[in-house]
Amino acid sequence: METIAKSIWKRLPLSSNYAVAYAARDSDVDEIAAYPITPQTTVVEKLSEFIANGELLAEMVHVESEHSAMSASIGASAAGARAFTATSSQGLELMHELLHIASGMRLPIVMSVAARALSAPLSIWGDYSDVMNTRDTSWITIIASSAQEVYDSIVQAYRIAESVMLPVMVAYDGFMMSHTYEPVFVSEKAGLFRDYIPRKGRVVLDTKKPVTMGAVANPDWYYETKYQQVKAMSDAYGLSVEADQTFSKLYGRGYGLVEEYNVDNSELVILTYGGIFGTVKQAVDEMREQGIPVGAARVRLFRPFPLNELRSLLLKSKAVAVLDRSFSNGLPVSGPLAVELKSMMNSYNINVPVYSYIVGLGQRTVTEADISKIASQALSSKVSNESIYWGVRE
Amino acid sequence: MPAGAVIMEPGNSAERFTGDWRTFKPVINQDKCTRCLRCWVFCPEPAISIVDRQYTSSSGRAWKNSVEINYDYCKGCGICVEECEPKAIDFIEEVK
Ligand code: SF4
Ligand code: SF4
Repeated sequence: METIAKSIWKRLPLSSNYAVAYAARDSDVDEIAAYPITPQTTVVEKLSEFIANGELLAEMVHVESEHSAMSASIGASAAGARAFTATSSQGLELMHELLHIASGMRLPIVMSVAARALSAPLSIWGDYSDVMNTRDTSWITIIASSAQEVYDSIVQAYRIAESVMLPVMVAYDGFMMSHTYEPVFVSEKAGLFRDYIPRKGRVVLDTKKPVTMGAVANPDWYYETKYQQVKAMSDAYGLSVEADQTFSKLYGRGYGLVEEYNVDNSELVILTYGGIFGTVKQAVDEMREQGIPVGAARVRLFRPFPLNELRSLLLKSKAVAVLDRSFSNGLPVSGPLAVELKSMMNSYNINVPVYSYIVGLGQRTVTEADISKIASQALSSKVSNESIYWGVRE
Repeated sequence: MPAGAVIMEPGNSAERFTGDWRTFKPVINQDKCTRCLRCWVFCPEPAISIVDRQYTSSSGRAWKNSVEINYDYCKGCGICVEECEPKAIDFIEEVK
């Protein structure tokens, strides 16, 4: 790893937004369409800089909204370009209908999302309400928890997308990650990922060999086309494992689909996603020092849902407290990850108590002390069957 | 089956008959028709063709061409009926 690091990597202090921009550059994207929205903006600013100074040969399409950003990405991708875009929050919402079109047309677009709360009330701060609203759009969804992982995941995303022909979004915390700096290894030489994400032939819009894309499908074909998407999403599972393992073999960094931390010999596992995992691990360390048997885990691949990894995690877990930074209103258990975990457990007859906690909405601070209090409440088993809105003033 | 419902064969919409859900059928009265081609311009399908068929009207006017409707594709929208100035197109309820 050290030798690899010395020869091919340059270590830079980068925000997750900049890590995205470097990763898009190093993935040699052809087209970028994006509309500025906080906290995503510096992703495209940096990419404009790369294009302006000749480091990246790509077309920057200035659009007037996120709806157009995704439309332009769809068009560019259909024409054969390696397309990239980035957004947040309301921007992702404005794209929503086109997210279905991108996946329905099976276009390997990659998008970064600096996850942010949704209006109203207006909040530019981080949570995962925007990302969780896209659960049914057939986008492969990766949620990273460090700037390095953001960089690596964007590159991996192109490998997955172009193998299975589904779009991929790579999400990370708005502000807590998009605007904080970490040391990140980025490629020192151009074309480092050329063989890892090779240019493959695919059906594209070409006047010499015309095809029709995005046409109507009547009841006799719509269903089958959608079922192909279901198959593709299921293939994306294995391909995501492969992309991560191959990346790890070639470049010395891998993440798995579910990251575990001190899970063995624990009475409770705290399961979450995104940047908050750092705080959770810190809290676990503190609790372990006091002899409290707590472990942690985070879901890195949210779509397709990492069944095998979660099943193996649950086998080792006596109870699970799920921390969600989003909620699906109107359900007794309203944390998206908690809901999906419970549904999965039901399908596989797994019986482990799951406690659902809603935390950090609109960037409400969550400290190690909060995590410890949540853990001791969950360990006491005196927990409601319904989601607990941690720390809310009623 | 190509992924993403891509249609690999260009121009295959001709294989798709759009005329089977018509409830009203436009019928051109060749005698009244002045060959102005407004209907041909406006038909959205397009299901109206200019054909090489001579026609001599009751008033003795000899037309080199006729304007005809292809009922495989005419969906019965009635736009041609609306646009025809001399009211040469009758709109008749389909009885099947
Ligand atoms: S009814 Fe509509 S579709 Fe049929 S010929 Fe007239 S304009 Fe064309
Ligand atoms: S619009 Fe009427 S008159 Fe003109 S070509 Fe068509 S049918 Fe004939």
